[in-house]
Parts: sequence; structure tokens; C-alpha cells
Amino acid sequence: MIDQSPALILLAPFLLAILLALLGIKREWLCFPLVIAGLAISVAASVVTLLRVIDEGTIQYFFGGWEPPFGINLRVDGLNALVALAVSTVSLLTAIYSKRAVPAETSDKVSQFYTLYLLSVTGLLGIVLTGDAFNLYVLIEISALTSYALIGMGSRRATLAAYKYLIMGTIGASFYLLGVGYLYIKTGSLNMYDIQEQIVANNLHGSPSIFVAFVVIIVGVWIKMAFFPLHSWLPNSYAYGPSTTSALLGPLVTKVMIYVMIRMILTVFGPEFAFDQLDWSNIIVWMSVIAILAASISALAQASLQKILAFLIIAEVGYMVGGVWLADKMGMIGSIYHIIADAFMTLCVFLFAGIIFTKTGRHDISAMEGLFTKMPLTMVGFLVGAFSLIGIPPTAGFFSKWYLIQGGISSGHYEYVAALLISSLINAVIFFRIIEIAYFGSKPAEGHGYHHNEEQKDGTMEASFSMLFPLLITAAVLLGIGLYNQEVVEIITNFVSQFNIGAIIL
Amino acid sequence: MPSSLTSFTPVLATLVSLLAVLPIVLLGKRPNLREGATFLAAFIKFGLVVSMLPTILAGSTIEFTVWKIVPNLAIAFRVDGLGMLFGLVASSLWIVTSLYSIGYMRGLKEHSQTRFFTFFAISLSATIGVAFAANLFTLYLFYEMLSLATYPLVTHHQDKEARTGGRTYLTYLLSTSIGFVLPALIFVYVKTGSNMEFSNSGFLSGHITASEALILLLLFAFGFAKSGLMPFHSWLPGAMVAPTPVSALLHAVAVVKVGVFCILRVFTGVFGTDYLQDLDIATVVAWIAAFTVVVSSLIALTQDNLKRRLAFSTVGQLSYIILGAALLSDRAVTGSMTHIAMHAVGKITLFMCAGAIFVATGKKYISQMDGLGRKMPITFAAFSIGALSVIGLPPTGGLISKFYLVTGAMDADQTALLVIFLISTILNAAYLLPIGYRAFFPKDAQLANQPFSWKTTEEANWQCITPLSITAVLAILLFIKPQFLLQLAGLMVGTNG
Repeated sequence: MIDQSPALILLAPFLLAILLALLGIKREWLCFPLVIAGLAISVAASVVTLLRVIDEGTIQYFFGGWEPPFGINLRVDGLNALVALAVSTVSLLTAIYSKRAVPAETSDKVSQFYTLYLLSVTGLLGIVLTGDAFNLYVLIEISALTSYALIGMGSRRATLAAYKYLIMGTIGASFYLLGVGYLYIKTGSLNMYDIQEQIVANNLHGSPSIFVAFVVIIVGVWIKMAFFPLHSWLPNSYAYGPSTTSALLGPLVTKVMIYVMIRMILTVFGPEFAFDQLDWSNIIVWMSVIAILAASISALAQASLQKILAFLIIAEVGYMVGGVWLADKMGMIGSIYHIIADAFMTLCVFLFAGIIFTKTGRHDISAMEGLFTKMPLTMVGFLVGAFSLIGIPPTAGFFSKWYLIQGGISSGHYEYVAALLISSLINAVIFFRIIEIAYFGSKPAEGHGYHHNEEQKDGTMEASFSMLFPLLITAAVLLGIGLYNQEVVEIITNFVSQFNIGAIIL
Repeated sequence: MPSSLTSFTPVLATLVSLLAVLPIVLLGKRPNLREGATFLAAFIKFGLVVSMLPTILAGSTIEFTVWKIVPNLAIAFRVDGLGMLFGLVASSLWIVTSLYSIGYMRGLKEHSQTRFFTFFAISLSATIGVAFAANLFTLYLFYEMLSLATYPLVTHHQDKEARTGGRTYLTYLLSTSIGFVLPALIFVYVKTGSNMEFSNSGFLSGHITASEALILLLLFAFGFAKSGLMPFHSWLPGAMVAPTPVSALLHAVAVVKVGVFCILRVFTGVFGTDYLQDLDIATVVAWIAAFTVVVSSLIALTQDNLKRRLAFSTVGQLSYIILGAALLSDRAVTGSMTHIAMHAVGKITLFMCAGAIFVATGKKYISQMDGLGRKMPITFAAFSIGALSVIGLPPTGGLISKFYLVTGAMDADQTALLVIFLISTILNAAYLLPIGYRAFFPKDAQLANQPFSWKTTEEANWQCITPLSITAVLAILLFIKPQFLLQLAGLMVGTNG
């Protein structure tokens, strides 16, 4: 059973998705427990796999024992074991949250929603675990097609948003596929590790086809991760979809695509090619600086919490793209750590937004009036997420900034350091504006003192347990991976140390 | 060589008020028990700090490493002379302020008192955490915690004014700490190969270039904006919207002193005075501080709102401390460390008097206080003693620290800065002395001719009067017995008082 753990991570949600499609339509009550069961198995399998990777190093898994080039192959190392655990945990927490949200928001399509939900998670987990560049394309499409549908189930504006996403997403995936095509022509292989070996063995680094393949793949992935200015599909998709969809896709899709970018750079093309030979570091770090600043400022201009979050995600994508292209070990470690940290902090705030929407039916930040007295526990969860996005110790967000800034300083990219700090400050403004509304109300009393508070006190309207629980767990995770960041970073460092990137300061 | 002991006491001293949060919240419905919890925590905290005093005076340090947080860097505590000095000040004055808070908050029937006492306790944990931090990282951690924990206190009234004040407060404190201190911190971490432990001779020497050192020094000096160095001072008068006990403890003692404490730490523990002397860059900070001293004193002169006048006075007094540190001479640094205690005791008295006047009469403006000394003789007597201490006149402790600062300026051959000290002393006298004088000897002839009698006095409740009397007496005691403070400061500069 232990040996099967990598496969189980994706098979559990996949098989349950099929089961749910068959059984769920007639028996709606079955949906929620099945989803939770599937994702819980997936989380457990991820934990086992991660522990095995720490113990034994890289795990190769061949479906049905068929070895490449014929069989389907999963290959799990420190990087994707961590990301897979983050993906499965986030989707489990979101699923718990969805217990009340899904029947409320998509009442007539509960079983369809959950089937798509599980398939989407399967796609995302597959992208993370596969060792095959073409399978990765297929899995990108699985997760994308399901997410178009998941978004489209939202409010009326969601249909158009999903359509826009569909166009952009398809273009991005096609670019990626094109790149894989070039790679296949040149190396005759689709297995990521095999491609790398072929490139090195045949000395293909100077080949224009490989160059084109790299450019096309990176651009495709950038579109899929909403790297500014290729981000236009993201804000509306995440703002108008059902709250469960936003809480699933918002934290995960962009992060998984960052993973793909890192995987392509490190494993398929090799850092010597991507960083040393191409020497694009400066340009791309500057692009990420622009991305961070533009997205942060756009976030500042939004009035709806969902939109704010959408733009913050785009800014965070800038953090990670920049961090990777610092071509510095600390920057790479910071980016990978940030994948994990950011998944949980955006989840935290998306869950909060979902709770507020369920309670008030509103997205705008003035709906948060007086929440400190009305929903104290919910606010505690929100505060941890907000502090993490701002980067206040000891939350996870502080440490990811710590490592990223360290990378920026040791590689001499001070513009990137400045962008991170400015974006932290903008996040501080954004979140303290919300905290202020929650604390003072949108129109605080004139004059000295605050005296109309007593009767509101009993009127607590705390969210139901199934919504509060995942929020507080997420907050705890943020503090946990903050305080235990060394343990996480150690796994990442072991992974990154295999590669020859910049100088390491530890 | 000073020895070092390992003990859990500094951690406990930091945590005790944080642990008190639980009983305070649970006893929210029973105010007397709730305040009992606050007192208990305050006394335990003070006891723990005092219990470490003999060890520190004997020249040892007490250390404890809690948690390795990033590679080669831990949350760690270390008590030395400077930390002990500040720890003593903060923990002893917390007891006094707790009593005062009860009198003030109940006297004015303020809302949300449980929240008030909760965040007060958290703020004290953060303050002691800063005092006993062993490295820059731990220091930063508690520094940020203090900024956030004091926000609900500053904005306690939850009205429009509080919102504006709170906004300014957080904007200044967070933007400087994230914008300046954090990058400086990581820069130090990268450049020194992750060594951030404070030591008496600093640890930066040899790791950075002179121009990097200047930039770092400025980043730290402005970044710790709690010290109110101009132009990052405006949060301080803005924060005066807070209830007076908050202004008294936090904005005369804890918050602002944490700011200057951090700067002192950076000067003595990170750079080291010798290294700064070699680089000759501290003069820049000295002049910025001197500018702040003069300008804030001039602004204080123009303020009619008593709390605002005191706030600007605080801005100036804090820069004395920074100026003393930046002079780098042994005596100036000793003076600057001692001034933390002396100014704290003097200024807290003044703030508590301002609060007592507000509780008893509702008056906030100095122009309304003509002749008020005859109604509130104890308050105004205490006020005058506090004022003497802040100005630096006998028989109060303020004289001692000022003496060291002035002679320290001579040692450093900074005649121009010496003149600044003298001018500002005159300004201090000009904005503080008339308040007490007018209260006892009003201009209005009718008021002046009324015979004084104890029966016609209208003092605030005893919980307000007792603490301010205690601190006024303390200000005089520190004049008579300043030796232990000088000894603690002496430990840091290698001389013995």
C-alpha cells in the first residue's frame, strides 16, 4: 500500500469523481462525504509520499509497471511532494468549507459541481506529480476544462469571465503543447528527465529549436499563471465564480503553474541553459517588478474583496517569477517556499471572503462593518491570513519574503527587493482598510467616545462550524509553516542543491 | 570576561503578561477579578525582572534560546545591563499604570475595558521582549508585535478622531519598519553570514563598506520610527487620541522607549561605538537628532492642548537619547541610557497628571488650567516635580542623566551640540514650568486672592492620585539613588558609572 502512495494521491479523487458522477445525481447527500473521503485519502497519501521522499529521495512510480517510453510515469522528489501536499490539503479544506456554500450557491447542480471539483483537483495533482511533459499537457487541459465549468456556475457575469478564461487558457496550453512538440522532434522523448539527458548528451543547448521550445513553453505557462501583462483573464474569473471555486482555483492554479515553470527550468532545460546561457535574468526580474507593482496598485483600487484578492494573486505571481529568475539559490528556495505559503494565505482570505459572502450576500469591503464584535473567530482567521500577506512575523508570508529578499540582496537585484517591500506596504494599506471598517464601521461616530456598542454585543453571528473550521485550520497552518519554516526549507534546499544555481548562503 | 548564565527567567518575564490575557478575557464580566489578574501579572513580571538584577549587576548576562527559526538564527533572549535597565523601567511602571488605568477607565466609564486590559498586557509582553531580545531578529519580532498590539489601544474610542490617529500611527510605524528595518535586517543577515547576536563591541565591523554602513545606520535610525526621530515623528502627537493611561505608559515609556532602545542597541550592539567612531558616520544621526530636539521643543511651546504639548516634549526628549548615543563618548552613552529611565518616570507623571485633570474637570487645554492648582494641589505638585525631572533640574533624576549627556558632549568635543543641549533645556523650561506656575499663581486676581483650603480641593479619585504621587516621589528618589542605573549603563560602555 505504501508503495502505491504517489498513485493514490491522484487516483483517490479521480475514482471518486467517477463514482460521484454515477451515484451523486440521485443521492445528493452522498456527494459531500464522498468528496471529503476522496480528498482525505489524497492528503494522507501525500503525507506518506512526502515522508518517503524525505527518507529515500526521489520516487519513481510506473503505472501498471510499464516503464517509459510506453507507460505512464510519476516521479516525485522534494519539490513536487511538497507542492502535492499543499494542493491536496487546500482542496480538502475548501471541500469542507463547501458543505454549506455549494448547496446555497449552485443548488441545482450539486453533484455536477462536486464531480468537476474532484476532476479539477485530479488534474492539478497530476500536473504536479507527472514525469512526462505530454501528460502534463493533458492534465493541464483536464484541470482547465473543469475549471471553466466550475467558474461558469457562478453569477451571471461568470459565464463571460469563464469564456475569456477559456480563450486565454487554451492559447496558453497550445503554446505549451507547441513547445513540447519541438522538444519531441529534437530529442525523441516526452519524459522530462529523458529530455534533459538527450539535450545534454546531444549537446542541443545551442539548438534554435530548443530555444524556441523554451520560449514558447515559458510564455504558455506565463499565460496560464496570469503573469502580468498576461493576466487579464484572472480577476473576473475568480471574482464572479462560486465562492468554493474561487477558494479552490485562486490559491492553486497559479501556484501549480509556477511549479511547472520551475520544473521546466530546472528539470527539463536545466538551470545552466535557462539562467546562464540565456541571461534573461535582468529583463525578467524587471518584468516581475512591474508585475508586482502594477498588480498591487490595481488591487488597491478595487472595492470588492474577491477582486482585491485576484489582483493580489497576480502580484504574488510576480514575486515568484521574479524570485525564480533572480538565478540565485535563495531566490529559488524563497519562490518554492512561497508556492506553499501563498497557497495557504490566499486560501485563508478566500475562505474569509466566502464566509462574508454567505453571511451578507455582498462582496464589497463595506460589508465587513463591525465584524470584530459580530464574528470574532472569523476575524482571527482573517487577521492571520492578512498578516501573512503583509508579511508580519511569525506568519508564513513573513518568511517567504525573508528568503526572497535574501535572494534579491545576494544576487544584487535591489529593484526586486524594493518591489517586494512596496507591495508589502500596499498590502498593509489594503488589509488595514478592511480591518478599520471591521473595527470602526464605515461611518465612525463623531466626537469623543463610542457608546452605541453595548446592544450589538449579543448579536454575534459567527459562521457555521463547517466554514469556520477550515478557516481556522488554514490560519494555524500559516503559523505552523511560519514557525517551522526551517523544516520546510530544508526539504526545498535539499532539492535545489542538486542544481547549479548562483551562490548559496546558508 | 563577563560570564553568562542560561535561565528561563527572561522568557518567563516576557510571557507572563501574555499568559495573563487568558484570565483577563475569561474574567471580563467581573472587573475586580479581571484587574486582579492584571495586577498579579504585573507584580510577577516585576519580581522576575528584579530577581535577575543582582546577576546582571555582578557583570554576568542571562541567556536563553527558544527556537531556531531560520538557518543560524533563533528567537533568543539575553539580559544585559541595557536590557535590564529598560526592563526595570517598563515592568515597574506597568504596576503603577495598572492602578492608574483602573481609576481612569472607571472614572470615565469607558467602554470595552476588557479589550483595553487585554491589549495592554500583550503590549507589555512585547516591550519586555524587545528589552531582553538577544539578536536583531527577535528584536524585530517583538517590535512589530508592539506596533500591532497597541493599535486597539490607540484607537480605543473608536470614533473618527481615533480612526485618523490610528491610521497615522500604523502608517508611520509599519511603513518604516517594513520599508527600512526589514531590508536592513536581511542585508545584515546576508552580509555577516547570518550572525545577528548583539555584543558589546558590535558585530558589523569588517563585513560591510563605509557607505553601506551609513545607509544601514540611517535605515535603522529612521526605521525604528517609534523613537520619533524627525521627519517620522507625527504619529506620536496623533496617537494622543488614546485614553491617557495608554499615552502615559505606552507613549512615555513603552512604545517610544522601545524605539530609542532599538536605536541604542543598533549603535552599541550591532555597529559598536568603536566601529562607528572609526567610520565617523554617527554625526549625521547626531545632527538629525539635534534638529529634532530644537524643532519639537519649539512646536511644544505653541501647543495649548496639554497632551499634545507633552507629546512634542516626548519627541524632543527621545532625541536627547538618540543624540547621546550618537555622540559615542562613554559618558554620553551612559547618559543616554540613564535618560531612558529618568525621562520615563518624569514623563509618565506628567501624563498621569494630565489624565487626572481630565477625569476631575474634563479640561484638556492649558489655557483652562489657570488657578487649577488650588483645586488639585497634589496633582499639580506632582506635575511640577515631573516637569523639573524632564527639564533636568534638581532635586530630580533628570539632572543626573542630563549631566552625563552634557559632559558626554564635552568629551566628544562637540561644542555645537553642547549648545543645543543648553538651548533646548531653556525651551523645556519655557514650555513646562509656566503650566505649574499658572496653576498655583493664576493671572486672574480674583482667583489668586481666594484663600486656599484643603476642603475646597477637587482631586480625581484615589486610583488616579496614588500612582502619580508614587512616580513623582520616584523621580526624586532617582536623584538621591541613581547608582544602580548608572552601574547598569556602565556595564554597557565598560566604565563603572
